[in-house]
Amino acid sequence: MRTLLALAFLISLGSVAFAVEPNERLADPALEARARALSGQLRCLVCQNESIDESGAPLAHDLRVLLRERIAAGDSDAQAVKFLTDRYGDFVLLKPPVEPATYVLWFGPIGVLVIAAGGGLVYLRRRKTLALAPAPLTDAEKKRLEGLMRESEP
Amino acid sequence: MRRLLYLLPVLLFVAVAAYFVLALRPGRDPQLLPSALIDKPAPSFTLAGLAGSDGLRLDALKGQVTLVNFFASWCEPCRDEHPVLMQIAKDPQIALYGIAYKDKPDDAQQFLKRLGDPYRRIGLDESGRTAIDFGVYGVPETYVIDKEGRIRLRHVGPLTEADVARELLPLLKELAHS
Repeated sequence: MRTLLALAFLISLGSVAFAVEPNERLADPALEARARALSGQLRCLVCQNESIDESGAPLAHDLRVLLRERIAAGDSDAQAVKFLTDRYGDFVLLKPPVEPATYVLWFGPIGVLVIAAGGGLVYLRRRKTLALAPAPLTDAEKKRLEGLMRESEP
Repeated sequence: MRRLLYLLPVLLFVAVAAYFVLALRPGRDPQLLPSALIDKPAPSFTLAGLAGSDGLRLDALKGQVTLVNFFASWCEPCRDEHPVLMQIAKDPQIALYGIAYKDKPDDAQQFLKRLGDPYRRIGLDESGRTAIDFGVYGVPETYVIDKEGRIRLRHVGPLTEADVARELLPLLKELAHS
């Protein structure tokens, strides 16, 4: 059983490691490393939740090869990515760019946190002032209190 | 003022809920992507044709409003779409061109022989590079290109008669008169 599990684990490792097929790789390890890093950030448009680095879809293969061609031809990382966003739009980026259309996405959660923290702070402060020592007793109240205490003594 | 502040979370919730309702409404396919090329010049291409016929060049399409349909013989939805394309081909006003995506020329030829050839001309995109230039991520896809060679509409997936009546014909008419 244990060997079987180990085997299954090894096989699953292999399928991840070799999504980039050997014949796609660039000879230059530095360029290949750049291509590898970039392709991890690019969405496979067929499967949509995998990067082209992980995906086995034919289009992902084509895009990996294309990306490597651009890099081998001397494109910078930004140029190579732009080549794809020009064709497929920002959706091809797994990490959306920070721009006015995505401000809500990027800063919305922080905004909600700030609003909640502000509200909480206001609430806490108000509760504290309400809970602060009540106004001291007036003379009339003190007298009445004494009277009550005396009454309750046997 | 204070009351407004208390209402803020409710308003936020309503806004978020409205967004979800819109995004999840039935009939909306969240996998459909808008084209990055709408209103931009169509990418230039020069493709070989099927045996015995001319190929397809973008430059040859300019000056008229065209429909460009990416298809493949191995693509099942393309078969569903084919009768609709045959219907479109009957209209002499509409210039329908085909690009065979990653298809063997013989297979494409067989496909059209069996089901009919609705295209005025066909280009073979065996490498799939022209499709990538168009931002195609699955066949069939159909593009409307205006007289100046700009992409005006992209339809992902098989065209239905309803799509043609609702999306294509009004736009083609409008572009033809502009």
